[in-house]
Amino acid sequence: MATFEPTLLARIAKPNSGKLEGYRNDGGYATFEKVLKDKQPLDVVTQVKDSGLRGRGGAGFPCGLKWTFLPKDHPGPIYLCINADESEPCTYNNRILMEKDPHQVLEGIMLSCYAIKSQCAYFYIRYEYGTAYRTLQAAIDELYAAGLLGKNIKGSGFTLDIFLHRGAGAYICGEETGLIESLEGKRAWPRIKPPFPAIEGAFRKPTIVNNVETMACVTQIMKKGNDWFKSLGVPPDPKNPRDAGSYGPKLYTIAGHVNEPKCVELPMGVTCRDLVEKHGGGVWKGRKAKSVNPGGLSMGFIDVNAPLKGEDGKTEYDIPLDFNGPGKVGCLGLGTAAICVVDDQTSMVDVLHNVCQFFSHESCGQCTPCREGTGWMLKITDRLRRGLGRREDLDILVDVADRIGIIPGTTICGLSDGAGWPVKTAIRKFRAEFEAAIKDGTKSAYTKLQMAAAH
Amino acid sequence: MGVLSEDIKDRIKAYIPRYPRKQAVTLPALHMVHDEYRTVSNEAIVEIAELLDLHPSEVHDTMSFYAFFKTDGDKLGQTRLWVCRGLACMLRGAYELIEHCEKKLDVHCGHTTKDGKITLEFAECIGACDGAPACLKNDVHVMNVTHDAADKLIAELKN
Ligand SMILES: Cc1cc2nc3c(=O)[nH]c(=O)nc-3n(C[C@H](O)[C@H](O)[C@H](O)COP(=O)(O)O)c2cc1C
Ligand code: SF4
Ligand code: FES
Repeated sequence: MATFEPTLLARIAKPNSGKLEGYRNDGGYATFEKVLKDKQPLDVVTQVKDSGLRGRGGAGFPCGLKWTFLPKDHPGPIYLCINADESEPCTYNNRILMEKDPHQVLEGIMLSCYAIKSQCAYFYIRYEYGTAYRTLQAAIDELYAAGLLGKNIKGSGFTLDIFLHRGAGAYICGEETGLIESLEGKRAWPRIKPPFPAIEGAFRKPTIVNNVETMACVTQIMKKGNDWFKSLGVPPDPKNPRDAGSYGPKLYTIAGHVNEPKCVELPMGVTCRDLVEKHGGGVWKGRKAKSVNPGGLSMGFIDVNAPLKGEDGKTEYDIPLDFNGPGKVGCLGLGTAAICVVDDQTSMVDVLHNVCQFFSHESCGQCTPCREGTGWMLKITDRLRRGLGRREDLDILVDVADRIGIIPGTTICGLSDGAGWPVKTAIRKFRAEFEAAIKDGTKSAYTKLQMAAAH
Repeated sequence: MGVLSEDIKDRIKAYIPRYPRKQAVTLPALHMVHDEYRTVSNEAIVEIAELLDLHPSEVHDTMSFYAFFKTDGDKLGQTRLWVCRGLACMLRGAYELIEHCEKKLDVHCGHTTKDGKITLEFAECIGACDGAPACLKNDVHVMNVTHDAADKLIAELKN
């Protein structure tokens, strides 16, 4: 692994990495121009499908396969929506791509639109990313000026517009149908599926929603080829016929109690331990890790010290961060591949209260189990941190967490699954700590702060 | 006589051709009005609705969903300063930072200083966890905000 050369992040440290000229000098848009000249849209769909690329936004759905769900020979319009809402706590890789190498992302959008025969892409970007927004707008302006966007690009007959659309501080706009509703100018209430967006999406037209990093991968797949992409990562598990594999490079973001919080690019499948100890500079202040959240809060927690069954000397810390790894230790999945480290001096009660605060604040309120369940879990964890926990509280938390979500089938979208997973994994894995806190009536240092009242 | 200037109306209208439906201009229009007037008044809602062929209640419905916009009777200060309270920031001192800023500015989150210079807010993860604890100055990240750095930032914004 020592010889691994980053691809997605290859340009980010260059001066003026966001400018068209520099991107061109590094071979940028040559792939797009070649594809326009020599390839049919279907060729691009097939190549992306065969590459094994799975969406980087959290769900890991095979990208090319999703594209094939669009109706055949549709008269149009077909839309591409780029999901740059990036609000899953501890995740920031999309921000780095957009701020430092916007053209790599834009070329992926152009290739993808060509593939799915879309003439219009809406780039939905969270409001908090002002710098990324302005960088992208400048990059898009450069493309129009260079004749790479607009009508009949380079005489190919292909027409494309890309419009940036800013969010307004709501996590739920990252859920793809919430994003579409928000784009349409409505409250961002996720839609009941089916119909899936590929059949009926933005403005009731067929729509593909893809993540920013997925777009950067499309650029590199079309440039460097499928052999390169498949030489990285983890092939499908032969024992699991439904596993689509975890190919390609991945941007991992490291946050929390580490010495060097940063975004690194590695072949899919690096272990949690290596990410923290090697790439994140180890746990800060000479402490040890207690728990890691492997992939955005929605994925749950691992217990760094819990032995892995049947694997001598290994613990949950050693799980590979590919699409299957976190699931092996009871977590929801790889999510956004954002890891957040909690050191051994930190109370899991405080951590879990913070998590519940987030989901309760961000539930869109449409489904009763989610709206009430996230509120209930926040109330209970608040009680716990005030030293007023009751014996039955832990069972109630797990029970609520188990019942809300699209997996149990009680809600419209996956926000509530994401709200439940950290609760049930934390309580199941750190039960003794929670029980002791209830027994001793331990009060958190933070109970003075009254933020929730502000909204 | 409306409350929206001709200039802002023109800027809103310029967004209409981007989308197949005018309603899609709701968020861009709300942002433009909010940025400029520091609030979205009831009159402004009526005028946005007129420009987009909507009923004012539709604009209001969308706006109220996003706890982001200040509405009639409330107003943003000159700068909006968000302090992140997300997990990565909390683990690196965000709660202490929020408390520090509340004391320093003598306001609770969600409120504006008496001199109208700063509106303090808390935010959920703002995607700057590599610089935790992090803040957002309007829409620009400020990373690794120690209490000293916060004091300096506040002094600069008060100036
Ligand atoms: C509550 C919730 C929030 C989400 N937030 C994001 C997000 O911020 N960015 C993102 O790309 N996908 C997010 N997703 C996943 C999207 O619904 C969708 O799967 C993804 O954008 C598809 O793109 P991809 O296939 O390229 O990954 C979220 C899903 C849920 C349920
Ligand atoms: S699950 Fe929660 S966030 Fe998703 S639609 Fe229902 S209420 Fe909204
Ligand atoms: S948790 Fe504060 S920026 Fe992510």
